[in-house]
Order: sequence, then structure tokens, then C-alpha cells
Amino acid sequence: MLKNTQFSHEDVERTSHFGQFGGRYVAETLMPLILEVERAYSSAKKDHSFLKELEDFLSNYAGRPSPLYFAERLTDFFGGAKIYFKRDELNHTGSHKINNCLGQILLARRMGKKRIIAETGAGQHGVATATVCARFGLDCEIYMGAKDISRQQPNVFRMKLLGAKVHAVETGSATLKEAMNEALRDWVANVDDTYYLIGTAAGPHPYPTMVRDFQSVIGKELKKQILRVENRLPDYLVACVGGGSNAIGLFHPFLNDQEVNLIGVEAAGKGLDTFEHAASISGGIPGILHGNCTYLLQDNEGQIRDAHSISAGLDYPGIGPEHAWLHDIKRVKYVSARDDEALESFQLCSSLEGIIPALEPSHALSYIGKFAPSLSKDNIIVMNMCGRGDKDIFTVANALDYEI
Amino acid sequence: MRNKDEYDRINNRFSLLKKEKRKGLITFITALDPNIDVFEKILNGLPNAGADFIEIGIPFSDPMADGPSIQLSSRRVLENKFQLKQLFYSLSKLRKTDDVTPVILMGYYNPIFSFGIKKFVDSAVSVGVDALIVVDLPPEEADELYQEANAKNLHLIFLIAPTTNEQRFSVILEKASGFLYYVSIKGITGTSSPDMSQVEERVNLVRSKTSLPIAVGFGIKSEKQAYDFAKCSDAVVVGSAIVDIITENINGSEKSFNSLPSKVFDFVNTLSKGVTGSSF
Repeated sequence: MLKNTQFSHEDVERTSHFGQFGGRYVAETLMPLILEVERAYSSAKKDHSFLKELEDFLSNYAGRPSPLYFAERLTDFFGGAKIYFKRDELNHTGSHKINNCLGQILLARRMGKKRIIAETGAGQHGVATATVCARFGLDCEIYMGAKDISRQQPNVFRMKLLGAKVHAVETGSATLKEAMNEALRDWVANVDDTYYLIGTAAGPHPYPTMVRDFQSVIGKELKKQILRVENRLPDYLVACVGGGSNAIGLFHPFLNDQEVNLIGVEAAGKGLDTFEHAASISGGIPGILHGNCTYLLQDNEGQIRDAHSISAGLDYPGIGPEHAWLHDIKRVKYVSARDDEALESFQLCSSLEGIIPALEPSHALSYIGKFAPSLSKDNIIVMNMCGRGDKDIFTVANALDYEI
Repeated sequence: MRNKDEYDRINNRFSLLKKEKRKGLITFITALDPNIDVFEKILNGLPNAGADFIEIGIPFSDPMADGPSIQLSSRRVLENKFQLKQLFYSLSKLRKTDDVTPVILMGYYNPIFSFGIKKFVDSAVSVGVDALIVVDLPPEEADELYQEANAKNLHLIFLIAPTTNEQRFSVILEKASGFLYYVSIKGITGTSSPDMSQVEERVNLVRSKTSLPIAVGFGIKSEKQAYDFAKCSDAVVVGSAIVDIITENINGSEKSFNSLPSKVFDFVNTLSKGVTGSSF
């Protein structure tokens, strides 16, 4: 089924922007490098041998295609639409992050880079990056906020086992935003031999487009799977959105299928009426950070606010620029779910389906719980189960006052 | 290219330097650092201490191109609830006593974008700002700011980095005016020390493409370095080393706060001697 893996034919060179969003807002030192990444990627995606090698790694190393699973007991529990999970948590390394890392590591190797740097929030992207670096024998350094290091210890240890060096970033809120600042500073200082493997569909062009292309394998597989099982397209696709790479990968192949409703679920933290959330679209305004123009949580002076979410992977004050655009053109509906709601869904999914979800997709499931019951039994919802919850057990135990 | 006119403080300053056969010193401080009062004292005294140009950093929550010194100063200013309108007010006071020293604002794009591009340019020009350096705004993304700035004779200063290849020079030079800022290291501000011969070679290459003056900065911290890098450029920029003096002197008593401006001026004076010494 992966034989036909192809990238979207949308020309990367045609535009570096999605409406007013996207762009390349980087310091001059990085500009030539960004343009080099763009040239390399645009040649790679037309190269049959590159695509074939990626396809091979996706099937035999990452374990794709990921299954499409009918969540029968949750469907019964909610008593409305049929709920399916796209099981991207079953990928090697436990999340969708490996799809993008395999693509970019092949690109970095093609560009002759010897050293890979990456930022990570929950540690899923850090683990996936450390994994592919181990596999391809490249040096790997991961920037991770000190707060995330303390709440994602299992992933930190996994990265170290895989041979990566993990830098704790202590500044600011000590989460994903600061990790990305530090990774960019590293890149500026090591431009010659270093490739920055960005983990989400954000950052300067071509990253948002490239990461989306590599993640679109999710949506492309789903389209074939659902047609085989249900003989029609789903009514709703639901995914959690931090930077938004799993969501854009799920949505993108369906953008032209107007009958498919697309829903992105942001992290509402302690509530949208507090300052402690990470819902950039629901609670932010357009601005410029980390190389792109997008919706950002910020104050009246244009200073970026710290985000908050129980889920480290969603704890970021921005969102990928294509999502910002899809929101503006009203193709995707962006909603949110709070920490406590995600925690509840985390437990519900574990006990009813025997699947311990990551806290990130638990947000998506929370929102499904709000609208699935009111739909008819003929309706079909597909949620991207983009990560498994093993990494989150300490956080969840702590939130539930359970001592491990 | 913007219109030249007789009130152009940047062009006038470079003409004066040329006439006096000197190189220029550009001193960087973070806006309103360490507080409004001390900042204004430093600002007003810099020209007498030997600064030929004053560069002021607008603090940003995520200063991706800056090293630890300027990250720290930005953070303490933001913790004091920094507001752009306060900075503009302090600058307007400077212009009452000094209408010749060029003032350059340096910062990241989001605070400008958030303030409103036109409103920002209008406010800056009205308080006597002469140029802007926007670190994360390459010429490819600068059309909107360029149009507003150009209409008000506000210079946009662009950076040229060690990585900038020759194909990019024309893209940069199309929008650049005032002077060019050569980034002397591959890295963030105030970290590694630049290599003299590499910088000289690159500056000469840039010079073959443009008649604009060229300033060199990032990593210049001492009188000796100021002397060295002034030799191959028209002006040198010192930032982190000045900001460090402020950082070192704000944790002590009130007395150390009061003596802070004179410590900054002494250092600027030394740097100025370095720059001037290399002019002959």
C-alpha cells in the first residue's frame, strides 16, 4: 500500500507563505542555509530513489502502515457516531514523529550533514530524532526545557540510551519555546556541519511544508483504509494540535474533500479564561516567532506569553502556519480541551479500549466525547491516536495523587 | 534607495568621520536597562563618552540571535514591564539636547508588528530615530516595513553574515541604506571572538559591491579588538560587553547604581580610543 507514496504536488518553491502566514523570518546567518534546505528538499522529493528509500524505512523500520481500528466500546459508551482510531501510536518510537524524522534524516544525509540538532517538548520528537541518528550514525544533540525534562524522564533516558546528548534549557518557562530558541542559537553557531531537524509543521519555510509532506502519509493511508472498511470517506477527522504536525498530516490529503469535517483540538490548559493555556488560535493573535508568521499567545507589547498544558507536547504558544491559514479560510475548525478533560479521556480510553493514549491525543478524544453522542450511528469519526501514553504515566499519576 | 537629505544624521555622521579621518564607534545598550532613570543618564552621556552612534535594543521575550548577556538584559527589562512608548519618550528627551548623534533601534519583528508597522515607523521618526535593524526580518520578508520606512526616510540596516553568499548581496543591497552591518562571527551576539583576517576578507568583498559604509559587530569586547576591527571597517559595534557592565553593577548597593553611568562611560571612552587609534 505504500507503493504509491507521493508528496503533494503543491510546488514548494511557488510560495513560502500560506496567505499572510508562514514565511522565513530568520537572521541573515541562517538565511542561506534555509534556502539550501529548500533546494535540497525540492530536489529530493522528485527523486525516485529518495522516495523509495523513505518508503522502505517507513514500512520496515517504522512499521507503517499504521492500523485503522474501530473503537467499538468507546463508540458504545458515547452512543452516537462510529469512532475509529488511526493507530500512529503503534509506530516505532511510539508516536507519529518518526514519519517526519525518517524523511528529514534522509535529507540531512543527502546534504552531507554530520550533526543533527532538534528541539523537543514531550520528548517524542527527541526520541524519534535520537533513534534515526543512531540508525544512520549521526551525532545528535537535543534541546529540551528543564521543566519538560523533569516531567518526561522516561523519554530523556531513552534519548540518552540512543546516544543523544540532551541539553536542559533553563530560561523562561523552560519548555518547548525556549528549547526551540536554544536550538536556533546552536544552529546559527554551527551552520556548516549541522542540520536542524524541526519536529513540527512550523518554523521557517520550507519546514512547515516539508514536515506536512512527510506526515501526510497518515492521511493518505487512512483514505485507503476507510474506503476499504466503510466504502466512504469519514464525516469527521479529529486531531490534537500543538505545533500541529500530526493534525496536518491527517488533514492534508482530505483538504479538497469538502464533505469531510476537519477538527483540530488545542490545549486549553486550566481554561481559556485563564492565562494558563496553550490554545494559540482560540486565544492568540497573528505575530512572528521562530521563523514564521502565525497565531501566537502574546501580550499587548508583542512579547510572547508562556503557554501551559499538562501535555508537554502541546505546551507551545504558537501553531504551524498552515493551520493558521486553514483557520482563517474556515476549512478546519479549531476547538480546545482542558487539562482535566484530557486526564479524564486518558483514563476512559485506557479502561474501555485497552489503549493508554498519550496526553496529547487525549485532548482530541475529549472533544469527541462532546460531539459524538449527538451524531447518528451512521456518522464516522476518525481520530489520530498520534502517541502512546507510556511517557505520561508519571504526570498522570501525579495529577491523580497516585504514588508510583 | 532612500533620498539623501541634509538632515540625515547617519550620512552626516559618516561624512564627519571621513572628514576627521576617523572610524566610528557604535555602542549598544538595551532599552530602559536597568531602569528608566539610569538608562536616560547613560543615553544622554554616551555621545560625550565617545559613542558616534547609539544603538538601542528593543527587548524581546525570545531573542534567538542573542547570547547570554543580551538575553539577561532583555529579561530584566521585560520584568520591569517594558513599554515601547516609554522608550520613545526617553528618546524624545535625548533629542532636546542632542540632534546630531544617530540613533538606531535594533530588535525582533514581533514587537514592531504588534505595535503596528506604520505606527511604529511614525513614532520612531517623530522622536528622532534614524535607522532600524530587525534581526529576524530578511529582505525577502521586509517589503511592508521597507515601504513605510522608506517613505519616512528611516534607514533599514541589513546584516550581512559570514554565510551570506554573493547571490544574496543584490537582494540585500536593494533595500539597504545608511550602512551595512557585517556580522563578524557565525553565532549569536557576544559569544566567540571574531577572526580578524576572515572578517577583513569578507568586508573587502562586501565593499566591492556597495558604496555604503560598513560596520562590524558581534563578539567585539575590548579596546584592542575595537582597534583591530576598525581598521578594516567604517565603524565597530560593541554591545554585550557594555551590557555586562550594567549586569555586574545592579546587584550591589544604591551607590553602585549611581556610579553605573560613569562606569559605562569609562569603558566607552576606552573603546573610542581603540577605534580612533586605528584610524591613523
